[in-house]
Amino acid sequence: MSRQAPAVLDAGQRHPVRFTLNGRKAGGEAEPRMLLHDFLRHVLGATGTHVGCEHGICGACTVQIDGAPARACLTLAVQADGAEIRTVEGLASAPDRLSALQEAFRAHHGLQCGFCTPGILMSLDALLRERPDCGEAEIRETLSGHLCRCTGYTPIVKAALAAAEALRVPHHA
Amino acid sequence: MKPARFAYQRAATTEHVLEALHRSGGEARVIAGGQSLVPMLNMRLARPALLVDIMHVAALSHVDDDGARLTIGAGVRQRDLEMRHDTAARQPLLAMALPWLGHVQTRSRGTVCGSIAHADPSAELPLVLTALRGEVHLRSRRRARRLPAEAFFTGMMVTARAEDELIEAVSVPAVRPGTGYAFREISRRHGDFAIAAFAAVADEKELRLAIGGVAETPKARVLPTDQGLDDALDTFAWNLEARDDLHASARYRRELVRRIGREVVLAAIRDREARALKEAT
Repeated sequence: MSRQAPAVLDAGQRHPVRFTLNGRKAGGEAEPRMLLHDFLRHVLGATGTHVGCEHGICGACTVQIDGAPARACLTLAVQADGAEIRTVEGLASAPDRLSALQEAFRAHHGLQCGFCTPGILMSLDALLRERPDCGEAEIRETLSGHLCRCTGYTPIVKAALAAAEALRVPHHA
Repeated sequence: MKPARFAYQRAATTEHVLEALHRSGGEARVIAGGQSLVPMLNMRLARPALLVDIMHVAALSHVDDDGARLTIGAGVRQRDLEMRHDTAARQPLLAMALPWLGHVQTRSRGTVCGSIAHADPSAELPLVLTALRGEVHLRSRRRARRLPAEAFFTGMMVTARAEDELIEAVSVPAVRPGTGYAFREISRRHGDFAIAAFAAVADEKELRLAIGGVAETPKARVLPTDQGLDDALDTFAWNLEARDDLHASARYRRELVRRIGREVVLAAIRDREARALKEAT
């Protein structure tokens, strides 16, 4: 016989959720139906992650879950219990600094209104870490999972290419 | 858009999952990666009383390869299969189709079996499963059974799965010598839903073409390799009973079946020849 069946988290009740957020322990309480982005924003106060379409299309809510870019709107907070979550707040080394990728976005006008930016940064950050030698085709493929209505994407591609270059030669960053 | 209320259980064993499905009387749904189910929850098109999370069941997270078949467990994420070094060598059609599933941001969470369970008519994995004559492995407390893809997909987002059944795995035949494969998808942009998607398998016995995104389920036909091919594709195009929708007209879809269908079966034949050459050397 198998181990005793795990507890059912009742609907309409709040339950503890704990995970690592940007390298630090974080926790709060969530109903099973609470989406990860709402948990980040409303329970933990981490409002860097934006909320767009809430059905996985626009990419604004993209965070990294266990190192891979993923939609926070298609993830329940209770599913993320025990995971490693990284959000846009974790990109720079200090509050008054920008990461190489963020700096490239600033330099190349990779954002205008900035609504889609946190999600795009999290996808590109994962790509540049996994594939430091990635070219324009891979960058565009990654961006296909995001909607930006301001830039026409070209400055975003330029920024990503510049960041890839800067990260390959760190002392120029 | 927020989901309606539901309870949540994180299962540790397959037995826990089957027990929860058995007890719930159809009110429970399995959640794996959630990339098809959570949009349905958010839009309140699905309102289950209980979600059973299977991603912590170790027994479901394997890809088994016995030489003849690849069996992909319910917990295997699409991206993990895509990144496995031997997927292309073991089943080329699967490797060709995987990069077309949604986006990297959804493949990182979404599972192979989850896409099969959702049974979207334009989805790539149901198409590949149909083209390869794959099987869906179902298990409940009552029984275990395997259904061929064509028997499993019964309608648009409707399958033969009973309410107490878990899709434990799907399996496809591994690559066979003398077989060629081809895949192609027509969509507005990479990652969008397919207007039409094509998967072809060519071996010494037959030429098989499966088409998704046109009919309510993926459909496969064995086609002649001689001059009868164009007529057979035309018949196939009409038999799919394409409809007009926001993305494309029925007429355009029929034309895709004739033209792209032809290109894809020829590509599969060329792939067979290329593989035969490689095997010979």
